[in-house]
Amino acid sequence: MDTAYLIETVIKVVVLLLVFSALAGIGTYFERKILAFMQRRLGPMNVGPFGLLQVGADGIKLFTKEDIIPTHVVAPIFKIAPVITAATAFMAAAAIPFLPQFTIFGYTVHPIIADINVGILYVLGVMAVGLFGPMLGGMASANKFSLLSAARAAAVFISYEVVSGLAVLAPIMMVGSLSLVDFNEYQAGGIGSWIVWSQPVAFVLFWIAAFAETGRTPFHLIANDHEIIDGFGTEYSGMRWGLFFIGEYANMFFISFVIPLIFLGGFGDGSVLGAFALLGKMAFFFFFFLWTRAAWPDVRPDQLMWLCWKVLMPLAVINVVITGLVMMF
Amino acid sequence: MFEAIAFYLFAFLTIAMFYIVVTTSQALYALSALAAGMIFISAFFFILNADFLGAIQIIVYTGAVMALYAFGMMFFDTTREVKEKKGNKFIIVGMSALAAALVVAIFAAPMLSTNIVALYPSSADIGNTQEVGMVLFTKYLIPFELAAVMLLVAMVAGIVLAGKKMDNSITLEDDTNEKVLS
Repeated sequence: MDTAYLIETVIKVVVLLLVFSALAGIGTYFERKILAFMQRRLGPMNVGPFGLLQVGADGIKLFTKEDIIPTHVVAPIFKIAPVITAATAFMAAAAIPFLPQFTIFGYTVHPIIADINVGILYVLGVMAVGLFGPMLGGMASANKFSLLSAARAAAVFISYEVVSGLAVLAPIMMVGSLSLVDFNEYQAGGIGSWIVWSQPVAFVLFWIAAFAETGRTPFHLIANDHEIIDGFGTEYSGMRWGLFFIGEYANMFFISFVIPLIFLGGFGDGSVLGAFALLGKMAFFFFFFLWTRAAWPDVRPDQLMWLCWKVLMPLAVINVVITGLVMMF
Repeated sequence: MFEAIAFYLFAFLTIAMFYIVVTTSQALYALSALAAGMIFISAFFFILNADFLGAIQIIVYTGAVMALYAFGMMFFDTTREVKEKKGNKFIIVGMSALAAALVVAIFAAPMLSTNIVALYPSSADIGNTQEVGMVLFTKYLIPFELAAVMLLVAMVAGIVLAGKKMDNSITLEDDTNEKVLS
């Protein structure tokens, strides 16, 4: 293992951490502005031009707030739960190719931290570990609303993971590889070769599962304000609470990268245009998360489980079987 | 060198986590340490370049431990310590040391006598995932299919046992509401 590789990897890790923690903060600004736009309000306006500095104000508030550990909580678990959510979100990003490779000062940079053979499995698996954060936080909090939220987290987890795994299986069968870079190369031929045209069902199923994975609005039941206060976040204060949010928003950004990489051609042939196309697709999927939040009500936990196990999972299995038959004959 | 550092780091972490699982009387500690230990084990697969098995280890055991958490949530108040009856400490320590020594002996003996031959040696031109598939569908086909059938039997049995009144909604049942109201 040569030194250049080591330095390159460390730089990539630092850049990824900085960019996406900043983006997670700015993501909250986008969310407020877009929700305000859809609800005919102004949103943040007072801090800075168009309220742009609101992110900084929120950051200062979160960092300087007193870190309260309530008396009856299980302190070690309570303290580590937010770290799990934030850390696993960034760990999952290690296998995502964010941009096509480019050359800078005669040195070729691959904007992916570790091009492992099982990229897609690794990303989905480690993102799934992130749900331990809400669940541990809820169970350790010694608060009934938090415990309800922990139970819901467990229910959401075992419901959606089957769907996302089975949905992504059909594209994997077509590509014959688990690496996200191979997925991208398979679709490098332009819009006509995107997997979404041959796997529309898998695309929709995976997209729905992504909402459950990130806990966004139709499936926001883990921390539903109007039913269970803030769920797992009820007893948290300051930056520990903020870490949950960084994890959630980072997850939203990463899954918004993964969906286009699997189904919508990724960065295409690797040109500058392709790179911007990937960023554009990512922005659309991120916007769609916020759009859904403004437009849709939440479902109940039993409705989510009914949807995942009785509707989406059979659809995904049928999709896999049909894909297999078509590939065989 | 990195592999050695990673191996000893994760070996220490894994053993420490499973030690906590066995010794603690706090259900939440035990479950969290179990989850952490299971995930740390995947590091050994990654060190051995068995990427596929490592990722599968993470996915399978997060789901499995999540189900255990659900049981823990139902059976215990996870913020309190569970009162356990503790036996003789020396017997426990002695038995676990003996078991550990036995496991080491079982796995070390064939290696020491260099009596292991890879029936399906790994080749460089096919990936790790494909190799797992090839072994699974040739050498281990029958155990693999048997495990699948057993899981299916367990699932059908679970649905039959639990699903008798699945279509009735508990909240909408009339007599329950009357009981609560009266």
